[in-house]
Amino acid sequence: MDLSLFLQQLLNGISLGSLYALIAIGYTMVYGIIRLINFAHGDILMISTYFAYFGISVYALPWWLSVIMAILLTALFGILIDLGAYRPVRHAPRISALITAIGVSFLLENLGIVVFGGRPRAFYRPDFLNKTYEMLGVHIFSLSIWVPVVTALLLALVFLLLYRTRVGAAMRAVAKDMEMVQLMGIDVNRVISLTFAVGSALAAAGGIMWAMKYPQINPLMGIIPGLKAFVAAVIGGIGNIHGAVLGGLLLGITEILLVAFLPSLAGYRDAFAFILLILILLFKPTGLAGKDTIG
Amino acid sequence: MQQKAIYLVTVSVFFCICLPLFLPSLSLAGEPIRIGVYLPMTGPVAAFGQMEWAGIQAAHQMHPTVLGRPVELVLVDEKSDRIEAANAVSRLLKKEKVKAIIGSATSSNTMAGVALSEKAKIPMVSPTATLPLVTQNKKYVFRVCFIDSFQGEAAAIFAYRNLKARRVAVIVDRAQDYCVGLASYFKKAFTRLGGKVVSIAYCQTGDQDFSAQLTSIPASQSDLLYLPNYYAEDALIARQAQELGLNIPILSADGAQAPELIKIGGTAVEGLYLLAHFAPEGAATPLAKEFMKFFKKTRHEETSGFHALGADAYFVLLDAIKRAGRTDGDAIRTALASTMGFSGVSGVIKIGPDGNAVKSAVILQVSGGQFRYLTIVKPW
Repeated sequence: MDLSLFLQQLLNGISLGSLYALIAIGYTMVYGIIRLINFAHGDILMISTYFAYFGISVYALPWWLSVIMAILLTALFGILIDLGAYRPVRHAPRISALITAIGVSFLLENLGIVVFGGRPRAFYRPDFLNKTYEMLGVHIFSLSIWVPVVTALLLALVFLLLYRTRVGAAMRAVAKDMEMVQLMGIDVNRVISLTFAVGSALAAAGGIMWAMKYPQINPLMGIIPGLKAFVAAVIGGIGNIHGAVLGGLLLGITEILLVAFLPSLAGYRDAFAFILLILILLFKPTGLAGKDTIG
Repeated sequence: MQQKAIYLVTVSVFFCICLPLFLPSLSLAGEPIRIGVYLPMTGPVAAFGQMEWAGIQAAHQMHPTVLGRPVELVLVDEKSDRIEAANAVSRLLKKEKVKAIIGSATSSNTMAGVALSEKAKIPMVSPTATLPLVTQNKKYVFRVCFIDSFQGEAAAIFAYRNLKARRVAVIVDRAQDYCVGLASYFKKAFTRLGGKVVSIAYCQTGDQDFSAQLTSIPASQSDLLYLPNYYAEDALIARQAQELGLNIPILSADGAQAPELIKIGGTAVEGLYLLAHFAPEGAATPLAKEFMKFFKKTRHEETSGFHALGADAYFVLLDAIKRAGRTDGDAIRTALASTMGFSGVSGVIKIGPDGNAVKSAVILQVSGGQFRYLTIVKPW
């Protein structure tokens, strides 16, 4: 393997890994604040791509407007899911909320099949993202640059929200001690609704980037990105936001390099990700970046 | 009063005895013949299932009766999943009590279903399961499509002679028996012709990222990319090949012939060649012309390969029931195994005792966002 080939594979890995990271940020943030592994995260991502798809292809809105609308609608959708499914089990044992999340996930997938149909649809990609540049024999696809940039930008925004705003302070307080916060007269349900809105908006951003890069959407498309983002979040330390980004990049790069160096194992790349998950849980359950949860 | 009661009881007892005697004659006149259909209506290969179901329904509308009895279709979704396919067939056999089964679209899932229908001695006709293994050592399963040993060889000959390819790279979906089988038939034939398969990389159904597999291809200096996979993977592979600046022709197989290939693939699939079952330009039988007209009128779209083969599975099965004159599994099976030159939608279908159809294939090319007919390949 010569240098340009290795660089190309590394770039492929960074581009895939930053997508995982982008999706994992929302996953881990919701967990960090309310200790709920939202298994429907991947399916919320799927719903968001359909919002964008309908905006662009059905209502013929400009591309950027559709994306903004999709992100806002998905945030609203996240709030509704919290209202309908999670709020009733807020004070039940944590396992109940987890099972509810799995139920929501199946509900969204099958709702997607009924409402949108099972056949994949082509997702529109604007022209400025379609360019390919060449440097040192490496083909750089413009989206591969955009995805890490968007990921970094959203990561910064999440940190700003958590550490520089009053709402963020309330979120961190809820993460620390929900009952105490309630006694202080803060409306915990509102804070959690907002958490879901932000988490879902992040899922939407990740989903739309994902659909741009792999331009076909279908009702079951959220499963693998969701699971991979979950693995990434656990690798980085669940609840730890910059850990999730680290985990996502690590997972993406190792996946691509595995396929590059051992092409005969390429069919088993998903299995590899889950083996990694098991190993992390066995030997370092708090993840690589440790238990630096929100707070 | 008492007399009246005795009279009533006698009459009702008499009726109860006679009723079962009357029932068969009553029902035989118009009791529907139930035919089970299991297809992937959702999931990664939903396009095949939905197109074949549309073809089956149109064929059913054209010929809704056999042996003077109405035919009733029972559809179960197998969700593009092997386990669901076995469940679907089990339900058709046990709960729906069907006389024959049509399905499924892909080879792996048809094999999952065959294991059960074989035991129940209920004949099955697959529209598009092309893997030779599907009918091997099986008595009750048939198909109306060509098989992959022929398809792989035809693709190899086309690649070597028409496209002048000598070094071929292949990306194969390891999760599908169809793809793995087809790749190996192609490789065997292509090597025999004097060409070389220089790189084989693998993926899985549902994969979205193929950048790692594609990046290693330029180094192998291949002059053709062979993709024996289903449409969703092939469309994404073609797009990512374009993004990575890989400019070699692509040859694909019958599993790529879905509108989604062009919708998702966009400009990346322009010029892509594929081997397929059917092209409207090549349709010659009277039934084909009649069906295409009817399909256009009722569904407002052109007949594609999967519509045609779905329809053919229904027509061939109906023809067999007619010739058998009965609806028990063995009689239909015997009739199916002696299908001699049935003029179907996708051409003349001859099915032997091995359950396989001997048919020609067509080569199509994507141009201007359409599948265009190039040439026909006859079985040798």
